[in-house]
Amino acid sequence: MGSYLIRRFFLMLLTLFGISVLIFTMLRIVPGNIADIVFDAAGMIDVADKVKLEKDLGLDQPIAVQYVQWINGLAHGDLGYSYVSEKPALQEILPRIPITAKLAGLALLFAIVFGVPLGVVSAVKQNSGIDYVLRVVSLSGLSMPAFWLGLLILMAFVRYFGTIPIYTDPPQGFWNTLWLFSIPAAAVGFRSSALVMRLTRSSMLEVLRQDYIRTARAKGASDPNINYHHALRNAILPVVTVIGIEAAFLMGGLIVTETVFNIPGVARFLVEAIRWRDYPIVQNLVMFIAVVAVVINFLVDLLYAVLDPRIKYS
Amino acid sequence: MKPNTMALAAALLAGLSMCNAQAAEPKHGGILHIYHRETPPSLSIHEEATFSVNVPAMGIFNNLVIYDQHIPQASIATIRPELATSWAWDKSNTALTFKLRSGVKWHDGVPFTAKDVKCTFDLLQGKSQDKFRKNPRKDWYEFVSDVTVNGDDEVTFHLKRPQPSLLAMLASGYTPIYPCHVPAAQMRTHPIGTGPYKFVEMKQNESITLVKNPDYWKKGLPYLDGIEYTIIKNRATAVLAFVAGKVDMTFPTEMTAALVKDVKSQDPTAICEIKPINVNTNLIVNRDAPPFNNIELRKAMAMALDRKAFIDIILQGQGDQGGSLLPPPEGVWGMPPDMLKTIPGYGDVKKDREQARAIMAKLGYSADKPLKIKVSTRNLATYRDPAAVLIDQLKSIYIDAELEPVESSQWFAKVARKDYQVGLNLTGNGIDDPDQAFYENYSCGSERNYTHYCNKDLEKLFDQQSAETDPAKRKQLVWEIDKKIQEDVARPILFHARTGTCWKPYVKNMTIMSNNTYNGFRFEDIWLDK
Repeated sequence: MGSYLIRRFFLMLLTLFGISVLIFTMLRIVPGNIADIVFDAAGMIDVADKVKLEKDLGLDQPIAVQYVQWINGLAHGDLGYSYVSEKPALQEILPRIPITAKLAGLALLFAIVFGVPLGVVSAVKQNSGIDYVLRVVSLSGLSMPAFWLGLLILMAFVRYFGTIPIYTDPPQGFWNTLWLFSIPAAAVGFRSSALVMRLTRSSMLEVLRQDYIRTARAKGASDPNINYHHALRNAILPVVTVIGIEAAFLMGGLIVTETVFNIPGVARFLVEAIRWRDYPIVQNLVMFIAVVAVVINFLVDLLYAVLDPRIKYS
Repeated sequence: MKPNTMALAAALLAGLSMCNAQAAEPKHGGILHIYHRETPPSLSIHEEATFSVNVPAMGIFNNLVIYDQHIPQASIATIRPELATSWAWDKSNTALTFKLRSGVKWHDGVPFTAKDVKCTFDLLQGKSQDKFRKNPRKDWYEFVSDVTVNGDDEVTFHLKRPQPSLLAMLASGYTPIYPCHVPAAQMRTHPIGTGPYKFVEMKQNESITLVKNPDYWKKGLPYLDGIEYTIIKNRATAVLAFVAGKVDMTFPTEMTAALVKDVKSQDPTAICEIKPINVNTNLIVNRDAPPFNNIELRKAMAMALDRKAFIDIILQGQGDQGGSLLPPPEGVWGMPPDMLKTIPGYGDVKKDREQARAIMAKLGYSADKPLKIKVSTRNLATYRDPAAVLIDQLKSIYIDAELEPVESSQWFAKVARKDYQVGLNLTGNGIDDPDQAFYENYSCGSERNYTHYCNKDLEKLFDQQSAETDPAKRKQLVWEIDKKIQEDVARPILFHARTGTCWKPYVKNMTIMSNNTYNGFRFEDIWLDK
């Protein structure tokens, strides 16, 4: 196990290195830089001033030099300055991470709490009325765009309650936070729960046909015991994989939800930063999301061994 | 009651209630919540050219003079003193002296003096050591040779030649006075002003917070404790936030006619105004690239335009036809409709298109052999939609155009490189004044003269109207110039848009300017009746 962990750690480092090169290169391949955009906002271009700005920001240096400077800064905890706000990048990025983490966490919770049990029910009651209803609900969850659902929710709130659950000020206290995040989390979680539900259902259906399940029934085990202890434990592995992928995706993929519900999280910030070619923000934020994705994948791998003792890492 | 008597009674009641509202004693306190359409590029007004900056930042500053914030049609006649108490031209009209207000302090407590005025204009003219990162309006002060201080309370602008419009430019929301002791770079992130509100913080994608300046030199003002701009990029969410009462006001002049209708249907108490914003949508043609170097082809393109169709389709009728200056009645300098109709492309569309087709046929184009071109524009709805209508209209004169949406951030770089054939652009005029419009957009060598139109004879007329001190004579000259610009197909104007602003009825003293969108946001005497 120890050697596996060390190998995995180095593999993670290699992956992150690859990602860093990829982000850095791709950002610079995309046409335009911050100087173009700064002048575009002023509706004119003064070539001399633009060249000066590029020089001030170090954009006139070779890409390799810029890359080394970034990695060197990263290693020393210096993420550079945002080109737009002219504040330290760390100061811009850090406050947004908990916001997105809360939203993603709640959405994931919603997905698991609804997706797994309902998937089990749907499989156990295959081809029954409840199965059909749940399949229709899950299909709607997968096919409904999150922005559309989000806007519908907002319109319904305005129409029926005269209020709107969007983020305008940082919420104070646990319950306010929960209230503010639970609605967008439900809008996102609906899609994720539908995915989890469908996967749990298909995985469960496969497991429920196995011989050992028949054996358990023959031995007189109760239905809940068979479904949740024997079947679900074996069916859950692909579901855990998908939950892991969803968790990683939610950290950076909530752009639409953050926009519709006006949540100042990581995803919206990242898209704005890309629009402005705010390299220090984009590079560091994508690296952060990459670290989250890599770590979650690693944890999912470890979880396999916990859930299925037959899996051994060596 | 007979209908006439009923109408009279209703009018009287409405009049009385309006009088009550006007006469109500302003209340102090409260935070005005406005949604903002985006994170502004910075809060340094001098470095930017978008009212995304002016709206939140104007309240931080003062000018020497300012357009009366409650007269919608801004003009020389509506200019009021601000940091200056009075002004006077010398006999030759080449020196403008301002007496300055004493006892004014910057938000950090440092006293305001004449040196600050000089520093501001030295920065604008690139004369100081400290520099702006970008300086989009340096051309405004081309005819200012020097700014001299006479003690702490007097400053004189020396001009190379008479320019009555200088005062109009100084009154613009784009011309705040900056402090000498604060570097230009800091003004982008933490501006210090003398205005009614102090800057607290700007959080990207989140909010901009201003608080009342308790030491404001206008005693008793501002009424508000502060202004909170919540950045809501999604317009649907923003409108719902307004309807739900999460914000007291929409972002000024940001609503389309359809959205205003939607708001009024959901919140009938909302006060909404639709007005011109002095932003025109125009056609830019790369006049150096064949076949567009042929004036006949450019003329044919201008004659193919059906401006009314643009206004009806894009703006649901909420727009105006005009030249480069905002048309009357809201515009002070725009050509009168009768004159406009005499310009090719502004009259009978059918006849004009017939003539245009004849020109195209002479140039060798026909329905079977159309001219294939690309129409480039920013990849934003306000640009793309009229470009689609334009493409449709160009078909009527054998031009088969294809839309080339350009990533917004690349637009000006592309235009500056002249890497386009035909483009569709939006031009905002900072003030309703010919000097600003002509020199900025049509003068030889101007950075904002995107088509590089250059007519030396007309340039002389620019100078002539600019130096003319008699407003009536100047207006005649301005009309003549504008007509010539349109006839030369320098940058055909498709339409002048009107847009809407809504606010809750308890927001008092709100005035939306009707001939510019950059100058009416000092907000010092806005108050909340709740």
